[in-house]
Amino acid sequence: MVSRSSSDESGIDISAGDRVAGQPADLAADNTFDEPGAPHKDRNRGAVLNPKLGLVGTGRFVWRLLTSMRTALVLLVMLAVAAIPGSLVPQRSSDPNGVVQFKANNPELFDIYESFKLFDTYSSPWFSAIYLLLFVSLIGCILPRIAHHWRVLRQDPPAAPKSFARLEVNTDVPAPDGLEVALTAAELALRRSRYRVVREGNTLRAERGYLRETGNLVFHVALVGILFSVGFASGFGWSGQRIIVEGQAFTNQLSSYETFNPGRFFDEQGLEPYAVQLNSFVPEYKLDLVKNSWMPIDFTADVTVTDETGSRDAVLKVNDPLTVGGSTMYLLGNGFAPVITVRDGDGNVVFSQPVSFLSQDANLTSVGVVKVPDGLTEQLGMKGFFYPTATKLDSGALTSSNPNPDKPTVTFNVYTGDLGLGGGAAANVFELNTDDMKQIAGNHTDVKVVLGLGDSVTLPGGLGSVEFTELRRFIGVDIRHDPTQLGVGLATAFAIGGLLISFGTRRRRVWVVGKSLAKGEILRWGAQSRSEDPGLVGSVDRIIEAAATRVR
Amino acid sequence: MTELAAISLLATYSTMAVYTLSFILFAVDLALRSDSDAGVLPTRWLRSAMALLVLGWALHGFATITRGLAASRVPWANMFEFGLTATFVLVGVFLGLQLWRDVRFVGAFVSGFALLALGIVTVNFYVDVVPLPPALQSYWLVIHVCVAVLGTGFFASAAALSMAQIFQELREEGKVQGRNWAFLRAFPAATMLESLAYRINVVGFVLWTFTLVAGAIWAERAWGRYWGWDTKEVWTFIIWILFAAYIHSRATRGWRGRSAAILSLVAFSAVIFNYSIVNMFFKGLHVYSGL
Repeated sequence: MVSRSSSDESGIDISAGDRVAGQPADLAADNTFDEPGAPHKDRNRGAVLNPKLGLVGTGRFVWRLLTSMRTALVLLVMLAVAAIPGSLVPQRSSDPNGVVQFKANNPELFDIYESFKLFDTYSSPWFSAIYLLLFVSLIGCILPRIAHHWRVLRQDPPAAPKSFARLEVNTDVPAPDGLEVALTAAELALRRSRYRVVREGNTLRAERGYLRETGNLVFHVALVGILFSVGFASGFGWSGQRIIVEGQAFTNQLSSYETFNPGRFFDEQGLEPYAVQLNSFVPEYKLDLVKNSWMPIDFTADVTVTDETGSRDAVLKVNDPLTVGGSTMYLLGNGFAPVITVRDGDGNVVFSQPVSFLSQDANLTSVGVVKVPDGLTEQLGMKGFFYPTATKLDSGALTSSNPNPDKPTVTFNVYTGDLGLGGGAAANVFELNTDDMKQIAGNHTDVKVVLGLGDSVTLPGGLGSVEFTELRRFIGVDIRHDPTQLGVGLATAFAIGGLLISFGTRRRRVWVVGKSLAKGEILRWGAQSRSEDPGLVGSVDRIIEAAATRVR
Repeated sequence: MTELAAISLLATYSTMAVYTLSFILFAVDLALRSDSDAGVLPTRWLRSAMALLVLGWALHGFATITRGLAASRVPWANMFEFGLTATFVLVGVFLGLQLWRDVRFVGAFVSGFALLALGIVTVNFYVDVVPLPPALQSYWLVIHVCVAVLGTGFFASAAALSMAQIFQELREEGKVQGRNWAFLRAFPAATMLESLAYRINVVGFVLWTFTLVAGAIWAERAWGRYWGWDTKEVWTFIIWILFAAYIHSRATRGWRGRSAAILSLVAFSAVIFNYSIVNMFFKGLHVYSGL
């Protein structure tokens, strides 16, 4: 029976033969489950001889097609191809601004792309369909293999083939001291090489490297584990973004976040109470003399964390997040927050607070918005630029020549009218809609608002004044709680372990038959590997030699 | 420190010169072997080619190390440095493989590819030594990029063998004939080439898995999430999937042989694409080309 030596080859393991493929030709040739007691032993007959499949038969046919190696292969290639568009088209998940920009630039194309969910490629139905099918195929393949491997692990090594002619190793070794002595020595030598050996009369059956399939199965189960960890645990995660200005504190409650993305099962009670105060933020820049541009070297935020256990000082840096209250805080952005003070016509302060300006370039030219809804005779809105080191261009416009605040300057365009805050919808603090407003100062008006630190300017019409009172910095932080990390981390560790063990192990079978021939007694050695294994011949030679040396 | 960078650049150009000579001799060897009837055996030019390659590699190592010293950090923080180190590793993998199997027959490909790649990165991507931006200041830079570089070196060697395998298979089937293809007599049989390519790719695959995982761990620390479908993450994932498909293809009837070899080359093209096009033209968080 030729097929014996490959009788339990069944699939995903690269060492094994085909998985059960869908085509009758393959089915006929395939001997995957033809061992006694193997599942679906009679399937070949069903598929080949009886083309009219019933409901059950069709289901079984589709299942086999789905769990075949060929299908898995096609699905893998499809998954790779399907992942490409997501790298070409901006994704909502990683680049929401890019999506907005794309819509503005190509409104028609946007609708077409949108109908294919190209802006959400990795959560789109078609992408999900491919990887879910792949995982169904994977599970359908590994479940029978686990059961099979479990049985194989508890069985003796398989019986010797009738003829050794087809085996990779096939040698006769004389046994001058008699078969008994030679077989005992051979058995010992095989055991020393960590073979599992069974002796039956004058025959030894030996096998080693079961860990290859074990590792392989662990790897694939771990992949399923990663998918399930993400699928189940991600609903309990959440993330939020927040800007913290020097001297201010962030308290961990839902209303403190500027943006918040809850998982499906998020519960507000799950936010542990704590506060993080930003004491100072110190960036460090270095001038690149070749490119004549400033490069960031270091960002350090000194914070004070207050939670149930008390207060402590901590440092938050890029690549060095802060773990507090079951969540992690990451330093992802920073900028300047000039303190702007607005006074009414009588000199009473109606607005005085740090205003976060978002940086636009490497020298931190930044834009920001001030909204003063109350306290003045009219609602006041200001759109402004901030320059850490203001420099005049030839055109007369200002620019920043340095990210360090050597000559901090704020400029504003000032508007009066309706700020549009009455609608109830949360207004973006970084945007000012001037449709219902009238410009009273700034560019193209008589009253320029260009303020150095400590400067103030009087607004026309006795409205009041604007002052650049103080300069502070802010940091932008991401705060996340990701319960998938533990499961994914563990599963990944298992996957890597399984992969290394599987690729590092050779599954080999050796048979030794003692024979009395006319020329004398001999041991006939045969060996076969279950995988790419050029070392087989050498390793079996060494075992034969060890066995022979032992006899002498 | 800038003198060191200049010395490094000089050594890089010297490396290219020596690689050029080595490549020519590798080609001469193949040409002579296809000419004579007894040409299956290596000629003396092969030994010279190998000796030059070793010399070039030593220079290459010197260039890489001085670049690292000039920057006082690992020499793989931007595109030029990655290319410099990756080609060094590629040649190193090829030379190292000799201790295991005689694969000198792909020397022309390896020396040619290394020369081309080194030339392109030096001429087009060269940047002066600059300090690391905060996002790269992490020991994960050492681990993540180091395994990526190693993986790339293995994939490149395997790609050479896969290419040889395809031509050898066509020759064995009689589809390409004549003197133009006679140099293939110097190559092992297609099945042997396939087996070699497969095993080198498996090592590359394991290294690439480490790249992916180390990258994810670093991304969690630097960007707050271990996976976010950033363009570079997407392409690293695509490459991983393609090599996984390649490994499975070897166990699938009808896919062994040429189809598997083509898959191996497609996957390696994705590696090159990821390094070049994605680095330069795709928007994403991995903006470290330094260009």
